[in-house]
Amino acid sequence: MKSQLILAAAEAEEHNPLVPEWIEVVLALVVFAILFFAIKKFVVPNFETTFAERSAAIEGGIAAAATKQAEADAKLAELEQQLSEARHEAARIREEAREQGAAIVAEMREQAQAEATRIIEHGKTQIEAERQQAVTSLRAEVGSLATGLAGRIVGESLEDDARQSRVVERFLAELETANAADAGKDA
Amino acid sequence: MINAASATVRAEEFHAPGPSLFDLPGIAGSEVTKPMVQLFLAAIVVFAFFYAASRKRALVPGKLQFAGEGAYGFVRNSVARDIIGGHDFQKFVPYLVTVFFFILVNNLFASVPFIQFPTFSRAGMAYALAGLSWLVYNGVGVAKHGLLGYLKLQSVPSGVSPVMYPLLVPLEFFSNILVRPVTLALRLFCNMFAGHILLALFATGGLYLIEHVGGIGYVAGPLAWVLAILVSFLEILVQFLQAYVFVLLNAMYIQGALADEH
Repeated sequence: MKSQLILAAAEAEEHNPLVPEWIEVVLALVVFAILFFAIKKFVVPNFETTFAERSAAIEGGIAAAATKQAEADAKLAELEQQLSEARHEAARIREEAREQGAAIVAEMREQAQAEATRIIEHGKTQIEAERQQAVTSLRAEVGSLATGLAGRIVGESLEDDARQSRVVERFLAELETANAADAGKDA
Repeated sequence: MINAASATVRAEEFHAPGPSLFDLPGIAGSEVTKPMVQLFLAAIVVFAFFYAASRKRALVPGKLQFAGEGAYGFVRNSVARDIIGGHDFQKFVPYLVTVFFFILVNNLFASVPFIQFPTFSRAGMAYALAGLSWLVYNGVGVAKHGLLGYLKLQSVPSGVSPVMYPLLVPLEFFSNILVRPVTLALRLFCNMFAGHILLALFATGGLYLIEHVGGIGYVAGPLAWVLAILVSFLEILVQFLQAYVFVLLNAMYIQGALADEH
């Protein structure tokens, strides 16, 4: 082994290191080519798809977050819209109720007014009717009383005052009893 | 190590490790050498890592997937996308990822215990990748602009008086078409080659100092080993940087070939 080494060394002493061994040139190219195709076929596509998938995942995540944000914003706007609508509705209803209340009060007042007027009217008519009735009955009675009284006056002698006053008193007394009898008949 | 062996055989004089350090014999007497095996090993390591990391395709990555995405995303975003840009960059990502991690792992092999050999210190392997880069960037340029359009793009600088063309056109052609693959290959190869020689020098030199010099050698030898450890860390940085520079220049050449204006 040792002598072999020395032999090789001595032989190689003349070999210029810059002059290539052609077998090594070819071998280096072949091995490089094999490695190149192996890497191109089995390694690069894997890494590139991983990179692409990763950036797609990140971009997708960002896009999804943006969509969610937009959705939330839309929902918020919608809720605010609904809230303000509800506020408007409430205000409108209050206003309506106030108007209705006022209308009801006015109506009631009018009704009461009408009722009062009606009652007063009724009272007035009744009074009028009763007065009319009283006048009618009074007129009839006054007539008969006057003729009765006149007959008495004419039938009796009217010379002395004592007699005259007696007559009047008797008349009045009769009148009273007649009145009392009338009242009892009416009742 | 060969030189440790030869040093003990030749006893007294110290032979600094040279280019012969990189001419390894075939494993078990075959034609297959260690750097050849390392090429396959690097391919397997890179693919296994990325396949395991990308297989689950989880939206929330685990530790392994996170590491894989970080490594892949480093080349994809800060090299391919930032330099090539636009929508074009995606189709160069597999190529650039393969270039970066294949070179990186092969370079790091120089610092992995029991492997400890940078694959690209074999010039042929560096030439292979540089030649491939040349084909790729010129290929996409010709495909986009046509052969003449592409040659014009790479050789005729815009905003320069035509009077200067006789001087500038050959220079631009030389620098953009001819020199680039050479510099790509040599930069990678020389860094790996020199780094490995440097480490071997510190290691074998330290051993020689202790074994054959004596006296001050007992101090200087261990000191050389300490330096070897420090240089190892520097080398790890260089290994990463060379892979990064290689893929960065690839991306810039592709971008230049696709550009509308030079």
